[in-house]
Amino acid sequence: MKDTVEIRWHGRGGQGAKTAALLLADVAFKTGKYVQGFPEYGPERMGAPITAYNRISKNPITVHSNIYEPDYVVVVDDGLLDCTDVTAGLKKGGAVIVNTQRSKSEIEAKLPNWNGKVITVNAREISEDALGKYFPNSPMLAAAVAISGVMAPEVFLKEMQASFEHKFAKKPEVVAGNMKALKMTLKAIA
Amino acid sequence: MAIRERLSGNEAVAYAIKQINPDVMPAFPITPSTEIPQYVANYIANGEIDTEFIHVESEHSAMSAAIGACAAGARTVTATSSCGMALMWEELYVAASDRLPVVLALVNRALTGPININADHSDSMGARDAGWIQIYAESNQEVYDNFLQAYPIAEHKDVHLPVMICQDGFITSHGVENIMLVEDDKAKAFVGEYCPEHYLLNAKEPMAVGPYAVSNYYMETKRAQRQAMLNAKRVILDVAKKYEEMTGRKYGFFEEYRMEDAEYAVVIIGSAAGTCKAAVDHIRETTGKKVGLVKIRVFRPFPEEELAKVLKNLKAAAVLDRSEMFSATSGPLGAEVRAALYSAKAEIELVNYFYGLGGRDITVGDFEKIFDNLEEIAQTHEIRDMYAYIGLREGDCHGNSL
Repeated sequence: MKDTVEIRWHGRGGQGAKTAALLLADVAFKTGKYVQGFPEYGPERMGAPITAYNRISKNPITVHSNIYEPDYVVVVDDGLLDCTDVTAGLKKGGAVIVNTQRSKSEIEAKLPNWNGKVITVNAREISEDALGKYFPNSPMLAAAVAISGVMAPEVFLKEMQASFEHKFAKKPEVVAGNMKALKMTLKAIA
Repeated sequence: MAIRERLSGNEAVAYAIKQINPDVMPAFPITPSTEIPQYVANYIANGEIDTEFIHVESEHSAMSAAIGACAAGARTVTATSSCGMALMWEELYVAASDRLPVVLALVNRALTGPININADHSDSMGARDAGWIQIYAESNQEVYDNFLQAYPIAEHKDVHLPVMICQDGFITSHGVENIMLVEDDKAKAFVGEYCPEHYLLNAKEPMAVGPYAVSNYYMETKRAQRQAMLNAKRVILDVAKKYEEMTGRKYGFFEEYRMEDAEYAVVIIGSAAGTCKAAVDHIRETTGKKVGLVKIRVFRPFPEEELAKVLKNLKAAAVLDRSEMFSATSGPLGAEVRAALYSAKAEIELVNYFYGLGGRDITVGDFEKIFDNLEEIAQTHEIRDMYAYIGLREGDCHGNSL
């Protein structure tokens, strides 16, 4: 990974894009990095477009602005492609990762301003298979880690096991499902 | 060994409160400070601290209860933001004039009109004349460090003033960053026990707090408050020195960033200082231009002479305000800096820009343009727009983009 990686998350209120950004900050922190994970708050309501950000660096980070030229963009809801210019400022050589059930060519057609890499993840299918419910968080987090290369997949899985055990201390039954979702995603995009 | 962690600014303040274990916390929730009393309430519910939490019905009551508790002899903390602080207005002055070392965790947020939940400094800047010490932070690390220093400053026998520890709403309060925490025992030892010399519940020394003061007394009271602010300057530096001995992290009235040989500087408060640092580094690396930054940490008392000394030999400086005061001239920091330079008989080119109102973002590129402006002003001695709004959609008031 280069010295500093900047990631922008697009989601809808209630989908957990902010949580995913904070989880990514968390897991990168554990691998010794300097991290930032922060949301951009507008009028908060379920379903409204929201943005969250990550900076992950080998060096201390002082910048406190939003990210306008990200290395990677993660889109948690493909419906946003119709109303948000998600690839605005996305760096050449970067990638946009989209949660969708549609084909890659359909998604590419919705990104006329972007000629670079597009990765599609069917987070619904993975999540429903692994967890029995639709939580796009974990698959999109795994995809962001795999594509950005901010850490090795095996290190990521080890740290996430510990994170989930801590986070779900009162519902340990969901740990295995979330780990399965991470692994399925890593495998799907490998 | 210090503890390496990653916390949001609100988590960091709550953690400092947990380490301090104050006697009383009256608080009323308001975005974006709500998490602070929420986390503290969790600590209390889990039996980790024995602070008495008072559920009040408003911020007016929160500060009233804080005044009561502090006067009684209890170490007291509260937290608020924006309109919450506005509702405390009357009591802010009471706490200061009664010389009560209350500590307020202020998460800066724009005052309503129009309603907005994001960061600016209109809440605390509006309260700058209330008699409180004001200390601001760039990062989560700084707001934590400032909080641990708050009580040793506030409770010092030569000070006895309330302190507000300010941080930018959402930008640091809700952003997770790396942080180094002080071990519990060291933090507790640093803050120490609160042993007030005079307090209401001391049966051996009956006293009144906050009585009516006729004209024959009121002015002396104000002069005494002024003296406390003057004394606070020495105490703030002493406490910072002790803190540096413990943590290695250096604090003063302000931070000078790459100012040794600087010809142009930005003077700013809060989280945007970090963004400006990146601009300073980038300009120096790519052009070699001598640019720097002065980040104000202590706004009350205002370090007039010390600041003028650092700024007086610059070719040009931009003072950035994150709140309006509608004087139709300067913002609050701009007016103070100009006065400081006048007192020092310094004649540098100075502009006073407004930025970040209601959470408007300011970027590294914005700061680079500001430094370009300063260079142009120094060369031409012409100031096109003394009071520009940075990032305003229409550009500056002449229709030119900055």
